[in-house]
Parts: sequence; structure tokens; C-alpha cells
Amino acid sequence: MEPFDPAELPELLKLYYRRLFPYAQYYRWLNYGGVVKNYFQHREFSFTLKDDIYIRYQSFNNQSDLEKEMQKMNPYKIDIGAVYSHRPNQHNTVKLGAFQAQEKELVFDIDMTDYDDVRRCCSSADICSKCWTLMTMAIRIIDRALKEDFGFKHRLWVYSGRRGVHCWVCDESVRKLSSAVRSGIVEYLSLVKGGQDVKKKVHLSENVHPFVRKSISIIKKYFEGYALVGQDILENKESWDKILALVPETMHNDLQQNFQKHHSSLQRWEYLKKAASQCPSNIKNEKCGPWLEWEIMLQYCFPRLDINVSKGINHLLKSPFSVHPKTGRISVPIDLQKVDQFDPFAVPTISSICHELDAIFTSEVEKEENQAESDIKHRTRGRLIYGSVTLTQAFYIDILLSLQ
Amino acid sequence: MRTTRAGVGGRKIRGRDLRASRFRFRFYKKSPATREGGCQALCVVEFAVVAGNKMEFSGVKRRKPWLIGDQRKASYPHSLQFYLQPPSENISLIEFENLAIDRLKLLKSVENLGVSYVKGTELYQSKLEAEIRKLKFSYRESLEDEYEPRRKDHISHFILRLAYCQSEDLRRWFIQQEMDLLRFRFSILPKDKIQSFLQDSHLHFEAISEEEKNLREQEIIASSTSLGGPKLELEYVYKIPFADALDLFRGRKVYLENGFAYVPLKDIVAIILNEFRAKLSKALALTARSLPAVQSDERLQPLLNHLSHSYIGQDYSIQGNAGKISLDQIDSLSTKSFPPCMRQLHKALRENHHLRHGGRMQYGLFLKGIGLTLEQALQFWKQEFIKGKMDPDKFDKGYSYNIRHSFGKEGKRTDYTPFSCLKIILTNPPSQGDYHGCPFRHSDPELLKQKLQSYKITPGGISQILDLVKGTHYQVACQKYFEMTHNVDDCGFSLNHPNQFFVESQRVLNGGKDIKKESIPPETPQPKQSAQKTKNASSALASLNSSLEMDMEGLEDYFSE
Repeated sequence: MEPFDPAELPELLKLYYRRLFPYAQYYRWLNYGGVVKNYFQHREFSFTLKDDIYIRYQSFNNQSDLEKEMQKMNPYKIDIGAVYSHRPNQHNTVKLGAFQAQEKELVFDIDMTDYDDVRRCCSSADICSKCWTLMTMAIRIIDRALKEDFGFKHRLWVYSGRRGVHCWVCDESVRKLSSAVRSGIVEYLSLVKGGQDVKKKVHLSENVHPFVRKSISIIKKYFEGYALVGQDILENKESWDKILALVPETMHNDLQQNFQKHHSSLQRWEYLKKAASQCPSNIKNEKCGPWLEWEIMLQYCFPRLDINVSKGINHLLKSPFSVHPKTGRISVPIDLQKVDQFDPFAVPTISSICHELDAIFTSEVEKEENQAESDIKHRTRGRLIYGSVTLTQAFYIDILLSLQ
Repeated sequence: MRTTRAGVGGRKIRGRDLRASRFRFRFYKKSPATREGGCQALCVVEFAVVAGNKMEFSGVKRRKPWLIGDQRKASYPHSLQFYLQPPSENISLIEFENLAIDRLKLLKSVENLGVSYVKGTELYQSKLEAEIRKLKFSYRESLEDEYEPRRKDHISHFILRLAYCQSEDLRRWFIQQEMDLLRFRFSILPKDKIQSFLQDSHLHFEAISEEEKNLREQEIIASSTSLGGPKLELEYVYKIPFADALDLFRGRKVYLENGFAYVPLKDIVAIILNEFRAKLSKALALTARSLPAVQSDERLQPLLNHLSHSYIGQDYSIQGNAGKISLDQIDSLSTKSFPPCMRQLHKALRENHHLRHGGRMQYGLFLKGIGLTLEQALQFWKQEFIKGKMDPDKFDKGYSYNIRHSFGKEGKRTDYTPFSCLKIILTNPPSQGDYHGCPFRHSDPELLKQKLQSYKITPGGISQILDLVKGTHYQVACQKYFEMTHNVDDCGFSLNHPNQFFVESQRVLNGGKDIKKESIPPETPQPKQSAQKTKNASSALASLNSSLEMDMEGLEDYFSE
């Protein structure tokens, strides 16, 4: 893959917005069949331009207007906001208080940085194949709940471009949900609570809700590979001390001694499971059973959501197919059928995709010397969108729309 | 909005003494959806307000006959309701006011009990039931002839809506107390009555079939904290869109499947309360919009304003105990029986030999209330101010006039009444150099903590007090202070007035030898008592801060015989 150089962005973006951005599908999505008058026209977009210039309350009349503006402004980053009561680009002309955000998709943002306390391989904005499993588990758990518990049908999962994933829930009734209900949904999906000063972040009651139970069965499928092998969370004293902090003190001595005797995280985990499920005779009111084991698994693997992203109707979130200015990667949709195989490092960057476009174009020109250039451009763009490996993700929007 | 008046202006019309005008106001609730197409009267509240004795209607046709027997039962089939329909009958102004005051007393008790006891516990339930019974509101389904209490409940709720729709704070308070009241009433509703109540209230909660229940039995039991084991067979389970069960699903207290919440009967309460809150909130917003027309009626405007601000109860202006306190007792009384607000004012006066106007008003009137005579007051203040190197002549010229004024011996000759807690908390906040106000409301929590420590309150008590302050329950915090300083578990009263604190304190310390002021018990107004009550009420209303005061002259004449 072509290395990405941020300095090239202006040129690359120009090409991207002229030849590659899937305007038709994008417009079809946000227009939602044109059933509600002015739905697209009242949608807020925000652009981040070169030199960090940020402009809000952008809105467009139709697909061609959107295309023209994007090609003119060449935004480094595009965010999608809410559908307002009036055209956002005219919001200054509206009487004070009358300009209101009315509808928006329900969105979720899962960021790898929020897991820094439980991943050993990377920290902050870095990701690697070892910790990416956290995102895989998050997608599976959240998506199952959105689909089976809440009955949401139109869910789009998107790679954010650097260190996480976003989810867009587009059902008609969902777009109308109030801020309170959105907060409630995030609360329902939250299990890991507490900041830096809290050691033990998951506490299960004796009654385990079906949502928790089903999430644990998903985590179980990945736990050995991710936590015990990949992260090796019981590798040495330094790492297993962190686990011991989640376990009653009375068990510490026994565990320390036995951990020394074992040789791998796997073995130590087996021992811990056995010890944890035995009824501790000296601790009052302590549950006997798998709760402790589950609490550790959840703390290390369960998704961590940012409630502020989801609860506000007017919150702006990075648009699918937007480019990440630091990594150059394109925010592509994730195929839920193949979520285990998704590789963030294989996601096309804007440089690689432009390079590919050039290569195809050049080869086409060589083949058909008589054809007008514009014809070739037209055909190759079509081919790229439906044929090429890199931008096939665009057709996931079709799937999304076909369900409506 | 229309208000119509008949017979405006004179006291006498065609020779008949109708005791001022009889008028009617219609209160239209507009539906926002039809606002463009014109206003549709969704419902009408008609209060024909008549002065004096409503029996004196010679020659005037009665609007609605008294309901008898089954008709009465049919109009109020349950002991609780969602207040969906406003009342439409005639009541007298006196009853209007009495109902409002009674319900306000009830809601304040609800607030108090909710803060002093854990909601839902037996103690809380029994105390609340006693309060409701005392004020003669409806609560239990099984009692016979509940018509009067239910009617009272119905009308008083709507009257208070008028008073409490006016600001966000008032609305929030009103909704909170009404919800707690409804929750209590629902909790004592017998199970077999619940279904019919839900139906009558037009709540469409569909119970699911046995097979559907059996399919999901494990999940429903695992989700609901209020269920256990085999009980599921006896319970109804309702299928509701998840967004209608917000309070349940957000805490994962209910089983969700495909966008529906499967709610056992026990948990329906949370949902019902949510519905109620939403509906009431909307209704209050609508009411607020219609309010200007109501307020344009001068007879109701002062009443409604004062309901939301007023202190209801004794005003401590009656000087039955005047002269019973001597000046040299004040220092020791200030630490033993004064509420913290007055204790701090006294201390500041002793230390600085001066108090600013706000402090002089608040403390001076309080001293009058505990029994200082005018002569004693003059001596007390003069002595202290002179210590501050004030010229005696300057005191006589400047300050003594004001003291005499506050005793009603100068100018308007209004005998000002000591400030109630509400008045101290809500009006005239202290600034730098002031010592008046309510320490629980106006002191920085850290400073308050220090103060309480210097008063030798235990750390446990201090933290309880601070928690109450955090929850803005200032008067309950003061009650807690009372309990700590007097070594009692339960102060036994609902604190509304600094002088009440003093009286109760003296009673505890002296074993009840002090003269108790009888507070007028709430009863169905008969001509004599109602006049007495309205006099008290109107004088209580009149005693409010001039900044809050409406011109009461017209209204007072209206009430007097």
C-alpha cells in the first residue's frame, strides 16, 4: 500500500471528491427515500478545512449541490449532524429559539483509548492486531443487543479511521428518539463504570440480566485467544497483580502462591476460575459461583461507550467515507458477516486508493485510445465502485437502504 | 380566552345584596396541534366564584345539582386518578382557597416525609396515610362514601396547577410531590382493582398470553428484581414498547426483546408514574400559556401568587407571650432555643455591636415574636449599638423610629409579622457584611460545616445535615439541627418558621409549660369558622415582603363581613 503523506492531502482529496466519493449512495442514504419533505435539506454537515478551519451549519439542496460544494471546499473532514427545523445554512435568519435539532440517527462511538487500563500492547491512539479484538467483541455485543433486544433493523458499523468504530442506527423510529431515551439505551449497554481512581469497574448482582448473560457468552468465545494468549494478562507478577486488585483480599495469598507454580496465563486462569467459584467461608454475603470470573472478563473485554456521543440529538459525528487526516484511512463500513476478518490495517488510505484509480485509468487509456477521456473516467469510476476490492464497501449502503 | 362578568362593580344590585360580583371564568385548554386552525376548547374549567356564603343565591339558578348516591360513585370510581379531566362545577371563593391550602399542606407533608424517611418503608407509608386522612383527602379504595375526599382531591389538584405552572422550579416541585403521592396511593391499591383502574384511566397496557409468558419465563424472572421463582404464574406480564419503559430498561430491570419490554405487574408502577409525569408536565406547560387570562382577574391573582410563595400557618404575631422574656435571658436562649439563623444574627450583633437593615428586620421581628415588648426591644438594640460607639441621639433619631415602626406604632401602623422560613430562604439573600438569611441556604457548605462543628454537632449529624442541604431541603436540615441540639430522635414538627423552632424548643426544654398557639384545624368551612380562617389566611398573606405583595386592600374588604 502507498505510504500516506499528510502533506499530499489537498491534492489527494481533490481527486477523491471528484472521482471516488460515492455521492449517489450517500445521498440516497441521507435522503431516506425523500418521504419527509426537506429531510436532506435540513441536515447539518460540518467541514474541517485545511489549517483546521472548522465550519458548521452547512446544508445542501440536493446531491449535485452537495457534490459541488464538497469539490469546491475540499474538506479534510466531514461530520454529519442532526436534521433541524430549518435549513442549517440559514439558521441565523431564524427567530431565536425556533431553530431546533429534531431528528438524528442513534450513534455510538467506541474508542480504543478508553481501554488503556486493560490493554498491554498499546496505549492512547495506537492500535495493533492484538487489541483490535476488543473492537470485534464490542461490535458483536452491541450489535446483538441493538438487533435482538431493541429490535433495531438498520445498523451501519463504520471504521473510524484510526482507533475505533462507529455505529449508525437509522431506523425511522430511532431517528425520532428523545435524548432521554438515547441516554437510557447507553445506560442499558453499560457495565464498566468508574474512572482512573476506581480499581474494580464491574459489579454483578446475583440476578444476571439476559443482556449480561448473552454478552458474557460472546466474550467467552474470544477470551482465551485475546486475553490469555494475545494480551497474556496473567503473564507475570506485574500483570497478575492488576487482576488480583479485582479479587477479594482473602484470596490473594493463595492465588499468588499458585500463580508462581503455573507456567502460563491459561493455567493461571483455570486455577483462578476454580478458586473464585468456591464458596469463601470467611467472607459474609459473598456470592458462590462464576460471578467473580465474569466480572474480570467483563472488565477486560466488555465495550466502553461514550455516552455524550449518543445522547445528544445535535451531536456531530464523523461521516462514513470521510478521510482521517492523520492516518489517511477512509472510514469504511464494516461487513457484519465478516467482522472477525476485518483488518484495520488493510483499510484503504486515500493515497492508495488514488494510486489505484490512476493505475486503472492509465491502463484503460492505453487500451482504448479512441475513447474520449470523459467516457473512460465515467466507466472506471463505475468499475471502481462495484468491481474493485477497495471501494466495494460502498455497496453496504445499498444493503442498508434495501432494507427500508 | 374569555372571562365574563355579571353584575360587576357594586355591592348591591337591584336591591339584593349579592356581596360583590359573581363571575365566571372559563379556562380553555388549547391543543397545540390545532393552534393554527383556531382554538378548540378541549376542556373547560368553570369556576363560578362567589363571595361570602354560597348559600345566598336567592333568585339565581344553581348550575349543577348535588349528585346523589350512585351518581356520586360514578363520577369518582377510584380513590386515585390521573387528573385528566378538569372539574366543572361552582365553588365559592372560600372553598377555592381552602382546597388549595389543604392540598398545599398535603404536598408539603409529602415532601417532608419523603426526605425524612425512606420512601416505601412501612413507617413512611403509615405516616403519609395519616397525613392524607388528617387533611381529608382520598386514599383507600375500599372505604365507603369516598365522594367528598375524592372530589376534594380532584378540584384541589387543578387549583394548584394554576399556582405552580408559573416557573420551572415550581413545576418541578409540584410534579415531584404529586408523583410521590400517586405512587403511594397506587401501592395500596388492591391487586384486583389495578386492572379496572388502568382501564378506566385509558392506559393501554396489554397483558400477554400464558404461552408467550412461558416462552420467556426464565428471562423475565432473571431481569426483574421484584420477582422471584414461581410467582410468575400469578402475575400479569405486559408487553410495552421499550421507549415507554425508560426507567426500567435503562437500569436493566426488565427483559427486552425485539423492541418490547416485558413488564410484570409489580413494575408497571414505574411506567405509570412516567406517563403521569409526562402528561402533567405537558398540562402545566399548557396551563402556563393560558394563565395570563386567569391572572387578569384580580380576585384570583393574589391568591395564586401567594400559594406558591406563602407560608401557611401561624404567623406568630399574636403577642400572647409578650413580656415573658427578660433581656438577660437572650444570650443563653440564643444558644439553646434559637434556630441557627437567629443564633448567628445574635452573635454578630454582640460581636459587632451593629447589624445591617436585613439583619435588623429578620432578627428584630423574631425577637418580637418570642415575646419582647417594644420597650424591651428599644432598650436591647440601643444598649448594643451604643457599645459600638454609636451616639445615643443618632440611635434615637435613626433606628428607634424603625423599631417602633416594625411594632406597628408608626406610619401605616401595620404590625409586621416575623419572617417565615420560606420568606427568609427565598427573598433578600445576604451579601458581604450581612448576617441574615438562612445558614443552610446561604452559607458555603464548608463554612456551614465549621459553624456546626463549633456548635458541637456530632460528625454524623453534620454529614446528614450537609446531605440535606445538598438536596435543597433546608428546613429539614434545620429540623435535624433541632434534633441534634435537643437530643431527640424526631423533632415532631414540620419546620416552617423560626419562631416555631423557638416555641418547640422551649417546649422540649421546659416540659411543655409554654403557651401553645392553636393552629386552626382544617375543616369544611362553616360560616363562622371560615371567616376566621380567611382572616388568618389573608393576614398571613398580607404579611409577606412588600416586594412580593400585591395590593391586598380590595381583597381584604372582599372577605370582611
